[in-house]
Amino acid sequence: MTPGKEEKTLAVTEGGGYLPGTHPDLPPPSSVHGPIHWIRVNLFGSVTDTALTLLAVYFLYSAITFLAGWMFINAAFTGESRNDCRAVADGACWAFIGNRLSLFIYGFYPEPERWRVDLSFVLLILAIVPVLYEDMPQRGKGLAYSCLYPLIAAWLLVGGFGLEKVSTDQFGGLMLNVVIGVTGIAFSLPIGIVLALGRQSQLPIVRILCVSFIEIIRGVPLITLLFVAAVMLSYFVPPGTDFDLLVRMLIMVTLFASGYMAEVIRGGLQAIPNGQYEAADAMGLKYWQSMRLVVLPQALKISIPGIVNTFIALYKDTTLVIVIGRLDILGIGNSSLADTKWQGLSTEVYIFVALFFFFSCFSMSRYSLWLEKKLHTGH
Amino acid sequence: MSGVANQASIKLVGIEPNFLLRLWRNKDTRSIILQILTMALLFAFLAYIINNAVLNLAVLGKTFSFDFLGFPASYDINQRLIEYTSQSTHFRAMLVGILNTALVAFFGIITATIVGFLFGIIRLSNNWIASHIVYCIIEFTRNIPVLLHILLIHGIIVHVLPSPRQAHTLADSIFLSNRGLTIPDPIFGEGFSFTVIAFFAAIGIIIGFARWARKVRDESGKIYPVFWISTGILFGLPFLVFLLSGSPLSWVVPELGRFNLKGGITMIPEFLALWLALSLYTSVFIAEIVRAGILAISKGQWEASQAVGLQRNRILQLVVIPQALRVIIPPLTSQYLNLTKNSSLAIAIGYMDIVATIGGISMMQTGKEMESMILVLSIYLCFSLVISAFMNWYNKRIKLVER
Repeated sequence: MTPGKEEKTLAVTEGGGYLPGTHPDLPPPSSVHGPIHWIRVNLFGSVTDTALTLLAVYFLYSAITFLAGWMFINAAFTGESRNDCRAVADGACWAFIGNRLSLFIYGFYPEPERWRVDLSFVLLILAIVPVLYEDMPQRGKGLAYSCLYPLIAAWLLVGGFGLEKVSTDQFGGLMLNVVIGVTGIAFSLPIGIVLALGRQSQLPIVRILCVSFIEIIRGVPLITLLFVAAVMLSYFVPPGTDFDLLVRMLIMVTLFASGYMAEVIRGGLQAIPNGQYEAADAMGLKYWQSMRLVVLPQALKISIPGIVNTFIALYKDTTLVIVIGRLDILGIGNSSLADTKWQGLSTEVYIFVALFFFFSCFSMSRYSLWLEKKLHTGH
Repeated sequence: MSGVANQASIKLVGIEPNFLLRLWRNKDTRSIILQILTMALLFAFLAYIINNAVLNLAVLGKTFSFDFLGFPASYDINQRLIEYTSQSTHFRAMLVGILNTALVAFFGIITATIVGFLFGIIRLSNNWIASHIVYCIIEFTRNIPVLLHILLIHGIIVHVLPSPRQAHTLADSIFLSNRGLTIPDPIFGEGFSFTVIAFFAAIGIIIGFARWARKVRDESGKIYPVFWISTGILFGLPFLVFLLSGSPLSWVVPELGRFNLKGGITMIPEFLALWLALSLYTSVFIAEIVRAGILAISKGQWEASQAVGLQRNRILQLVVIPQALRVIIPPLTSQYLNLTKNSSLAIAIGYMDIVATIGGISMMQTGKEMESMILVLSIYLCFSLVISAFMNWYNKRIKLVER
């Protein structure tokens, strides 16, 4: 039936054309295929598209030339003061950042004790692995370690029991951001689970309490809660009690995060089909058993991307502690601007801190996206 | 199994089971017991902290009262929408703060919505370059703390922009300098009220016209260009009345004085920085919400609309956007709430909002920490409640009416 190869090559008419049905396969013309077609459709499809493209190219060109010039080509990387920088180049003065890098990371933590901060960062990474890596061998033991980690870190950072004591007033820089962020998430998770379960409880009083707590926490800004921590919380403990400001801040940040965490976990709980609850009931499991063995493992698993997103938001919000006078990485940058040697470098400082936050938050959000995709394939 | 055996053994032995145990085993009574216990714990906790607070206040020699709101505030506020002097009361200062928060939240929400929708739509467009530039802007903006945005923009306005004498200017009437953005101040003449009346009349006419056009569309299928006609009425009618009443409007154009600009309305750098930073930060979240909302509309809806012969803009207007709005509105509400709450960061750059007035200077001056914080927290709760009530009402209006 199908014409053979030989037949096809022979089927040329005398005028040099082809007989019907015997034309050889040619590549599609470049007007419907290939880079030129792609550019025509995707960049110059219509008048508005063309205008948008030209505008975008212009914007890109001016932004890149300006930024490259300011950040790299005309920038000064070494020097002891702003005048040194200005003598070399009129762009950014990165010498300032390099000069104070240890301040940005450790704050005012005493220098001979800084290994403790490094060690607790390393241990933190080890503590995160079992939480995120499901197929880890001996995951149970790893998780037990992760639960113990906050205690270990608190001991390492604050001291006592054989280590020299470091006042929490000396915490600062990136370390303060990490301490607040990690504590907030670690402690808000259990509280958030309890609140989310309470919100769905059959007991009206429990439900009303949980709903009002969550809504109040979510209705006010974190900064007002930090103010509460700074000026109001010490009224609520017996007179004469010494109540550390960092602890007060951590309490308020944890309560704040748990309000948001509760909503994330509620989403996970609502995504569990009713059949799972009913099956657990049919097995004769009591409320807490069915939650612990059937519902929560599934609900928490699908809430992980939401939890990571909550963490990113909380991590960004840790910069707010500067309004009550604590110097986190942004606060250190802000207060270093007062140094007369380095005056007028606010843009460099802010851009350095911004880049730092961008890289850490962007990688976390990529991770949460990847996780969402991975979890999605199950359905 | 064991429960049944247990009960049986109790019956066999004939001992009355413990009364409390029986209550605990009954589901209804158990729930009542649990709730009473919860309430008892809560009240015990509240009693404990209130007792502590009373003791602490007594030690410090303070009282709990809101009398201080009536005392003169004796500090200045750099931006005020209502009459305020340093002799005004703390209550008045609080009102100024509330209005300042409301002002920046209002403008921020409007700008963030417009920019957010624009970004979201460009992100979905076929134009590869534009969509990827917007993607980069979105990722950069949302992964950087909002406080940093505020400080950065404030720093740029205050340190990088020129002084008023060398201000950037547009047609010699709008000036941008390190003192802020100065625009001409309108002065309304006598007959201007007619224009205002015409404006509201135009809104009424538009609502009536839109209803009528929808009725006609449902009955006969005839579609009027409602948007363009409405825009025409909205601007045309007041403008016509304005001209007829003899153009009763003049402008006070700002002029360069010795050190500063004279006349005109000045948006102070703090307001500008807060407004721009909050709008930008919120708009990228809105852009993602809009994109997700439009992508959530299944392809079948597009194909079905094409099959009945609708054009692209008609498909968007009649099929896609009404459905996408339902997905968009709930997360949009929480973004509006976030913007309002984030406006409290104003204190970092010295914009006098609620936190900076009543929760800042007033609190420091009077030492009324408890009262001020309670006021601040309840004002923010009210803001949140008002915004969510409004958005819930809107959400209900556009909700899918299922038959």
